[in-house]
Amino acid sequence: MGQVIVVTSGKGGVGKTTTTANIGTGLALLKHRKVVMIDADIGLRNLDVVMGLENRIVYDLVDVVQGVCRLKQALIRDKRFENLYLLPAAQTKDKTAVSPEQMKNLCDQLKEEFDYVLVDCPAGIEQGFKNAIAGAEKAIIVTTPEVSAVRDADRVIGLLEAAGFEEPQLIINRIRPDMVKRGDMMDIDDIIDILAIDLLGVIPEDERIVISTNRGEPAVADESSKAGQAYRNVTRRLEGENVPLMSLDVEPTLMEKIKMLFGLRARR
Amino acid sequence: MDFLRLFSRDDVSSKDIAKERLRLILVHDRANVSPQFLEMIKSQIINIISDYVDIEEEGLEVKLTRMKKDEDATVPALVANIPIKRIKHVARA
Repeated sequence: MGQVIVVTSGKGGVGKTTTTANIGTGLALLKHRKVVMIDADIGLRNLDVVMGLENRIVYDLVDVVQGVCRLKQALIRDKRFENLYLLPAAQTKDKTAVSPEQMKNLCDQLKEEFDYVLVDCPAGIEQGFKNAIAGAEKAIIVTTPEVSAVRDADRVIGLLEAAGFEEPQLIINRIRPDMVKRGDMMDIDDIIDILAIDLLGVIPEDERIVISTNRGEPAVADESSKAGQAYRNVTRRLEGENVPLMSLDVEPTLMEKIKMLFGLRARR
Repeated sequence: MDFLRLFSRDDVSSKDIAKERLRLILVHDRANVSPQFLEMIKSQIINIISDYVDIEEEGLEVKLTRMKKDEDATVPALVANIPIKRIKHVARA
């Protein structure tokens, strides 16, 4: 019997879908787990695009729930990664097309057959959020090092705890080590301290995420991507491995190198 | 004069400003205190205190903030600033 994990954040645009795509792909690719990713963002589906599977959609989540097709028919198998499947959201319906009970039933069916069921939650804390968490037993919260995103994460943690989730885990996305170093961005400890929650991973800001999203290929499979490396670490932690946080040290700038050369500045 | 200084607020790093703002926001969010609730407290305080002192109602300020409990722990605190115009006769026993 597999486990159902919801990826949520409250605030939009912090990287829920990218995180779902990379963790899902990571678990299938590195750990050979049987994984299905559900896009719960009905009306604004995107996980299919991030995964590069948008041309293969026939049926969707709402079709399954309304009995238009069988569950098996709506699952898209990713041909690049063995054991990876996507259940896309409907694009023309809205969030009320599905109820929390229906989502729970669906997740219960899927976890019979899959090791992991990952639910990509829509932004917000209304119906779509309630649907997305209904069938999940574990939650991953994605935030960025900004006041607004951390505030929303705090709100969502409260709602999850009220809904009976025991230990939600945090992913801090899009951290910029250079800005942290000069004191212009909250760092990992600041955020963990404020939210009082377990840390699952830290993903550095990385241009390669944009490139991989352009191509529809998750960065976790890209050996040269720093964010990809961070997602590989997250994947291994989810499987119970003890992986230290990757070093986010910044390369000294040219000016700093010159200063160091002349001994003007002690090396830190 | 350091030209770049012009763009920074004092010498506090923007990260510390973010952290402080966030902490205060969360005190409010977590306590789930509405402005109406604070207004309610405010008017009750005025009611009670007015029996004994004349207060400057426009200057009255009630807010939720944080207070240092010990070295590194802070707790939410309700702070009221009440400017007094004059102590009423009944209060002087």
